[in-house]
Amino acid sequence: MKELEYPFDSDYLFKNGRKLKKQLLSEGGPFIDKRIAILGGSTTSAVKDMLELFLLNFGIKPFFYESEYNKYFEDGMFENPELKEFKPDLIYIHTTSRNIDVFPKAADDKETARKLQEDVFFKFKALWESIFDKYGCAIIQNNFEPPMYRLLGNSDCVYPGGAVNFINGINAMFAEYTYTHKDLYIHDINYEASCYGLNKWTDLSYWYMYKYAMTLSAIPECSYGVARIIKSIYGKNKKALSLDLDNTLWGGVIGDDGPENIEVGQETPMAQGYSEFQSYLKRHAEIGVILAVNSKNNDDVARKGFERPDSVLKLDDFAAFYANWDNKDLNLKRTAESLTLLPESFVFVDDNPVERGLVAGNVSGVAVPEMDGVENYIKILDRSGFFEVTALSKDDAERAKMYRENAIRSNEMAKYEDYDSYLKSLEMKAEIGAFVPEYLDRIAQLTNKSNQFNLTTWRLARSEIEKMAADSAYVTLYGKLADKFGDNGVVSVVIAKVNGDTADILLWLMSCRVLKRDMEFAMMGELVKKLKALGVTRITAHYYPTAKNAMVKDFYALHGFVKEEEDEAGNALWAIDVDKYNEKKHNIAINV
Amino acid sequence: MTREEILAKINEIFRDLFDDDSITVNDATVASDVDGWDSLMHITIIGTIEAEFGIKFPMKDIVGMKNVGQLVDKISELSK
Repeated sequence: MKELEYPFDSDYLFKNGRKLKKQLLSEGGPFIDKRIAILGGSTTSAVKDMLELFLLNFGIKPFFYESEYNKYFEDGMFENPELKEFKPDLIYIHTTSRNIDVFPKAADDKETARKLQEDVFFKFKALWESIFDKYGCAIIQNNFEPPMYRLLGNSDCVYPGGAVNFINGINAMFAEYTYTHKDLYIHDINYEASCYGLNKWTDLSYWYMYKYAMTLSAIPECSYGVARIIKSIYGKNKKALSLDLDNTLWGGVIGDDGPENIEVGQETPMAQGYSEFQSYLKRHAEIGVILAVNSKNNDDVARKGFERPDSVLKLDDFAAFYANWDNKDLNLKRTAESLTLLPESFVFVDDNPVERGLVAGNVSGVAVPEMDGVENYIKILDRSGFFEVTALSKDDAERAKMYRENAIRSNEMAKYEDYDSYLKSLEMKAEIGAFVPEYLDRIAQLTNKSNQFNLTTWRLARSEIEKMAADSAYVTLYGKLADKFGDNGVVSVVIAKVNGDTADILLWLMSCRVLKRDMEFAMMGELVKKLKALGVTRITAHYYPTAKNAMVKDFYALHGFVKEEEDEAGNALWAIDVDKYNEKKHNIAINV
Repeated sequence: MTREEILAKINEIFRDLFDDDSITVNDATVASDVDGWDSLMHITIIGTIEAEFGIKFPMKDIVGMKNVGQLVDKISELSK
């Protein structure tokens, strides 16, 4: 709902809150239900009302528990049957600098101030630990906004006795603890208050009269910040940016002006604006956000814009590139399909309100921020919080790269007349060997995640896998596949048990990321070689059907196995004599 | 803006806030006359009136207001 997207009109939201809520409940959804307890150090009623609107708009239907005024500590710290009964999914601790019990004196030394900071920190730490212990749920914790006055003036941020210095120190302690505790999230009202303007944020009449720690119209900002975190935790973040080009990524119209005349680089104020915006977008790869082009242009002309040496974004920053004369809603849906993402996972970025209206109207769930003036682009995207980060791993930085590589592979495929020469062109290299410690986590992950290319769907814990790897009765194999475009990592896992001169294949799986590359032929070749060396003359194998693995029903027939038994449910036993096995041809160089 | 115009606008604000088109306020209306006009709603009412009229009530005036009539007087004084 447009009214609840950044930049929202706080006064409008208060005035029309009840109407909006009704509308969201009747027109929105489907919703996921979440039970949220708000423990407040000040009045939280309006914070809750606004949070409800923003969450409904994100597809989350909240049920609330509110602590009594300023009873946040007692509520979370001590036995609380009502809260226990409520069974919170998440607890939001809405405290502010008003809840810092004691500040240092102006002339206090470092040690004294440090001691007081620790008092504040340990009080909150005890509260968090109590909540984790009693409720086992996630916690969102406000940090502290700057103080409303500075007794020491500018030195307030320097002297240990300065309130600014004191609060900065506590915020750093909160951040450090949060960084190492998975289910604790900081809501950074310190930054929010700065953005909003501290003078406006601390309108003292709201404190004196109603015990609101911030002015009424700042409350939606605060609630929106919390809603961003909650929707990120529950997987409602956006995943990709669908980007217009002319007057969005550069100034001017490349088809009319020519690539040499578009505004990007450092020569003009406008050019600097577009370049900085490009840098901002490029950095999204670091958090795993996918970039795609969606432009009305001739493809060859559009690409030239990124071939300029001063273009920050390069062609290979994009996972998909749709420059044509089709409608943009259609191109966005195509982009989604080609990347196996949902259209609602996209943010559509375009300076043209007509295009935005078309996409917003025809692609349900897509975010369409109002991009108005290049000097505002970064702020609009950043404050909207489409990609709010609540967990960040090395994989995130790799994700954009893998999507890009897959897109390049499918483009490459189109260039070849037959599939075999395409496979040859990939210059595939595999590493195939017995399980090694560094891959055990990934192997365990694959046994628990793979559904489609999985013959027996045998789910295994890391410890079980470790045991089999060390047991000489088992032959284990992992397969890693790389090609000229990139490394896919470990993608196939096989476990067989040897009993005298026969071997039984208990587990065979492969990631669908590498379907149709003949990796399974390479794996079988290596397996048979190993088993032969152990004196095995006959191999048996199984297929157990599930709702998802029909694609490998006749997998063993491909390799020359014969079906020996099959029950009514479709569970099948396959077998082959080792000397009848002929390795299937493939284009993968193994262990080179 | 005349007193009548101000009162009409306040009435409209109340109807929006309570999402109830049957509400009618007059000079004598006090909080207990309107279902749901509690201390928390009061804050939103004051905030919304400030935003709609583009004014800011001094704190001493808010704490002294007894009924809608005094509210209208204050708005009329501040929006001159």
